[in-house]
Amino acid sequence: MINQSLKNLSQLLATKAVSSVEMTQTFLDRIRQYNPDINAYITVDEEKSLAQAKAADASIAAGTATVLTGIPLAQKDIFCAKDWKTTCGSKMLENFIAPYDAHVITQFNHVGAVNLGKTNMDEFAMGSSNETSYFGGVKNPWDLERVPGGSSGGSAAAVAARLCAAATGTDTGGSIRQPASLCGFTGLKPTYGLVSRYGMIAFASSLDQAGPMAKSAEDCALMMNVMAGFDVRDSTSLNHPKEDYTALLNQPSSSQPLAGLKIGLPKEYFAEGLDGDVAKVIETAIAEYKKLGAEMVDISLPNANLSIPVYYVLAPAEASSNLSRYDGVRYGHRAAEYDDLMDMYMKSRAEGFGEEVKRRILIGTYVLSAGYYDAYYLKAQKIRHLIAEDFKAAFKQCDIIMGPTVPSTAFKTGEKTGDPIAMYLQDIYTIATNLAGLPGMSVPAGFSNDLPVGLQIIGNYFDEARMLSVAHAYQQVTDWHTAMPKGIA
Amino acid sequence: MALDNSDIKRIAHLARIEISDAEADKTLTKLAGILTLIEQMQAVDTTGITPMSHSQDLVQRLRDDVVTATNQREAFQANASAVEGGLYLVPKVIE
Repeated sequence: MINQSLKNLSQLLATKAVSSVEMTQTFLDRIRQYNPDINAYITVDEEKSLAQAKAADASIAAGTATVLTGIPLAQKDIFCAKDWKTTCGSKMLENFIAPYDAHVITQFNHVGAVNLGKTNMDEFAMGSSNETSYFGGVKNPWDLERVPGGSSGGSAAAVAARLCAAATGTDTGGSIRQPASLCGFTGLKPTYGLVSRYGMIAFASSLDQAGPMAKSAEDCALMMNVMAGFDVRDSTSLNHPKEDYTALLNQPSSSQPLAGLKIGLPKEYFAEGLDGDVAKVIETAIAEYKKLGAEMVDISLPNANLSIPVYYVLAPAEASSNLSRYDGVRYGHRAAEYDDLMDMYMKSRAEGFGEEVKRRILIGTYVLSAGYYDAYYLKAQKIRHLIAEDFKAAFKQCDIIMGPTVPSTAFKTGEKTGDPIAMYLQDIYTIATNLAGLPGMSVPAGFSNDLPVGLQIIGNYFDEARMLSVAHAYQQVTDWHTAMPKGIA
Repeated sequence: MALDNSDIKRIAHLARIEISDAEADKTLTKLAGILTLIEQMQAVDTTGITPMSHSQDLVQRLRDDVVTATNQREAFQANASAVEGGLYLVPKVIE
């Protein structure tokens, strides 16, 4: 059951071969078994999950079920879920019980999906290894000595170890795609504005976007059908017509289902810095796409090398502003002892935030401080425009862009913690799409030294349905996405 | 742009984060590396380029000035460390 697609799980529930309570219990038992080693979940509440499963079973019996009714999902601990502890991986929110549901949670509740628990993550989503979590690092199920990637590392490990049917994540600079690459599954960061950020704890508001993390493109499409949609409570939510993201998946069978598709290969994504074995895996995947009928086009994203500098101005600047709300007054950690109000702020924040979060708040405060705004923030917003223009020009030559998701495979725990810049380079191929607001995916494409490698697929604005169909076509002729970590049964 | 220890302490104060001298030293090295990375931007000519904050051409949505939320004061205050009579308690700020 644990390896079944969402469609098959839904079928099992619809035919009453399995109840949602039984399915939920299966995953809860697996969490009990594996979570002490993997640390994918911060909070599990069996009673709450089983109550939702029971309600789902009633809805299935009454004939009011839809495709995700009764399906057990993991939710990143960045989404507020009413009456659930919602920590964002931080000591600051260690005891925060969300008083309301995030839009994404409301959407899943509305269709009767089951919340299995809240998954571990880098503190306030700042990190690429899950090592900045106050609740401890997450282990990569493919090699427990290695990191799962981040910031959605808990959701990633939960999907890879089959501790959920599928999960949610958020992606500000690569936090869905990089862990999807490192843990060997399919993840999608949608067009900025497609999924509401309401109730999703803010990191860098102009970049943050929620998306699905699942075993296949088809599963991601089913998740997107629930997650995407206009929400008046998010001022950057786009009023885009509701789509069926599975619509393009099942093309009439043909040996060349992608005939006519032009795939752009940006030379900057195959340059120095890319691991040789990873490059080979990506080249093999591209060869497979040629067999499916796609045509390759050489393209260039000349400002791609500026993505990281621009990101490390914009994201910390927005974070320093967003995280100013943690003052120890209305919610969050308050120091036990202090002299006056200023001392209370200073101590509460010093104690509540971890090292990486403080570092980014300080960078953000510095680049926004008097006299520096034009040189840093404004300059970065201008280069951001250049980066978006690069993609615009590229999409005149091709329909889809492909390349590696990450320059290398999963690294060992502790390997990069002393060197923030080496850690930041994990996201060198993913950040540009966040800056441009474009959708991006990572799809399992093979292995290097028994560790998963992800192929990145970047689409034009609102082209998620096509991206999913392009990934789906590949998953019909390859089986990388069905591989399971050894030691996980 | 060379930063020193006193800059770090000033920035930390602006950010309302208490920082010890030892921490400021450690932070200085890490921040200097990141600022060097950021400096790469200065080589780019951005004359005439408009800054971009959102990829889509959006206008701020307006709504009627009516109450849309219900009163959830008790639920919200359950997360505060000190409340009394529906108010949030902080150290005395006015003598």
